[in-house]
Amino acid sequence: MRRRERRSGAERREARLAWAFVLPALGVVALVAFVPLVGTFWESLHLHDLRMPWLGRPFVGLANYAEALGDARFWSALAHTAAFTVVSVAIELSLGLALALALNAAYRGRGLVRLAVLLPWAIPTVVCALLWRFMFDSESGVANAILAAVGVVPRGFVWFIRPLAAWVPIVLADVWKTTPFVALLLLAGLQNIDPALYEAAMMDGARAGRRFTEITLPLLQPAILVALIFRTLDAFRVFDLIYVLTGGGPGTSTEPISLLTFNALLQDLRFGYGSALSMIVFLVTFLLALGYIRVLGASLTGEER
Amino acid sequence: MRRAVRWVPALAVAALVVAGLFPIYWAAVSSVTPESRLFQTPSLVPGRLVADHYRALFEQRNFWIPIRNSLVVAGATTLFSVSVGALCAYALARLRFRGKPLILAFVLAVSMFPQIAIVSPLFIVLRRLHLINTYPGLVLPYLTFAMPLTIWLLVGFFRQLPAELEEAAMMDGAGRLRTFREIILPLSLPGLATTAILTFLYSWNEFLFALSFTLGPERYTVPVAIALFRGQYQVPWGQILAAAVVATAPVALLVLAFQRRIVQGLTAGAVKG
Repeated sequence: MRRRERRSGAERREARLAWAFVLPALGVVALVAFVPLVGTFWESLHLHDLRMPWLGRPFVGLANYAEALGDARFWSALAHTAAFTVVSVAIELSLGLALALALNAAYRGRGLVRLAVLLPWAIPTVVCALLWRFMFDSESGVANAILAAVGVVPRGFVWFIRPLAAWVPIVLADVWKTTPFVALLLLAGLQNIDPALYEAAMMDGARAGRRFTEITLPLLQPAILVALIFRTLDAFRVFDLIYVLTGGGPGTSTEPISLLTFNALLQDLRFGYGSALSMIVFLVTFLLALGYIRVLGASLTGEER
Repeated sequence: MRRAVRWVPALAVAALVVAGLFPIYWAAVSSVTPESRLFQTPSLVPGRLVADHYRALFEQRNFWIPIRNSLVVAGATTLFSVSVGALCAYALARLRFRGKPLILAFVLAVSMFPQIAIVSPLFIVLRRLHLINTYPGLVLPYLTFAMPLTIWLLVGFFRQLPAELEEAAMMDGAGRLRTFREIILPLSLPGLATTAILTFLYSWNEFLFALSFTLGPERYTVPVAIALFRGQYQVPWGQILAAAVVATAPVALLVLAFQRRIVQGLTAGAVKG
């Protein structure tokens, strides 16, 4: 009995120390991230135009949201973002899986491969966007020259003045920058699979295709899910890449929701309306992230208990 | 058939290496190509090489100013979030107390935040505090992604350390605090270094906050300076690419030096998670 009490005293001391360790960091995160989020919501309920300070900051309820939902530009920005997310994530995941399988099977040149994988991931997105803009430049672009030589496009084809063609460099740049990372995640998952499983399956006479669908895919599922959700959230908030590559143009035909929001805030200085757009981006991301925490948070906290 | 199967992975890997490195090679070559040749039909092998663009970059455009800004902001962000985050991560990985799952979920949720969601209140608060266009005015917003990132990575690293060492130290009568300082910190130096490198990379590359909270060239970070490059008559591609190479160089050096560690940190944080 006495022993128990002493232990619980030590436990209490440990818990107190733990909170002393945790609180500064949590306080900072709450202050710089959580409080502003509440601020965004509060702003979004007001008419707040920094170019017209004489209007003050009257409460308007959900009028900003109503304006967004009634605006065709908002819906097309949302559609652009969704389409970009689906297309680029689909390409990145399937290409990434193929690459991970190849990397897992190949033995030579690991160092060079790691470099080729890490460099695109590590360079600033702004730089990545500029590289691809340069390569798709109508006069001097090397990608343009190659595509013209093969006959895919006429010489001097201008990508960035066509609503649909302008998406090609955007998606390619995103695929170039992030597929290696997806491959890396999936490769780590592949290396966790016990080789004895494959040997047993081979003994049972299972062909390569079956081994893939019966062993690899099910066991790789967690890693695939992580990559999928990571990439989906990332692609949905795409900003840097499109800001630099097309600026949302021609017109607004490549404008994603985050760029629309940025322009409402820092170009038009309409803080109430821009905040409403911000909240909508946040809500969509939040719903997507809920799935993420469901899947990952469960396994993470389960590990401790 | 068998032989073909064996060649497919090798070919795929070769294609990956070429596709991954070619755009960077191309930018590097173009950045030392004379302006007049840049606008002709491109050829794969460089001709005459010049340093004109780099000279213009530093002599006319004062590109060392954004470099200095980026170093200060990314450095301060890294230093702060790793030192504060290490304590928090240690408690989350090793100490027993209630509410841990909730805290981890909170940290993870914040790391999923779309940055654009908090630009408007941050702008208003920073303006009121006269922090727009200052270093603290960037470091504070940067903590929104740097803190969760460091905590998340470090929890993974601390968990990998063998628990026996701590237990032995505790048995010898060393308190938790002393155990942390004398046993855990020295052992986790590699993990701390990896976390610091990744945090620095993310801060160095950040664009949206830097674009929103700076007003002029004297406080632009490297990505903002490059994105807002304008020429008088035409796009100054030579200088832009030279700037791109300069912006990539520190990142590339870090990656070259620590590639194994970085891969470990990235995949441990995500796959183990």
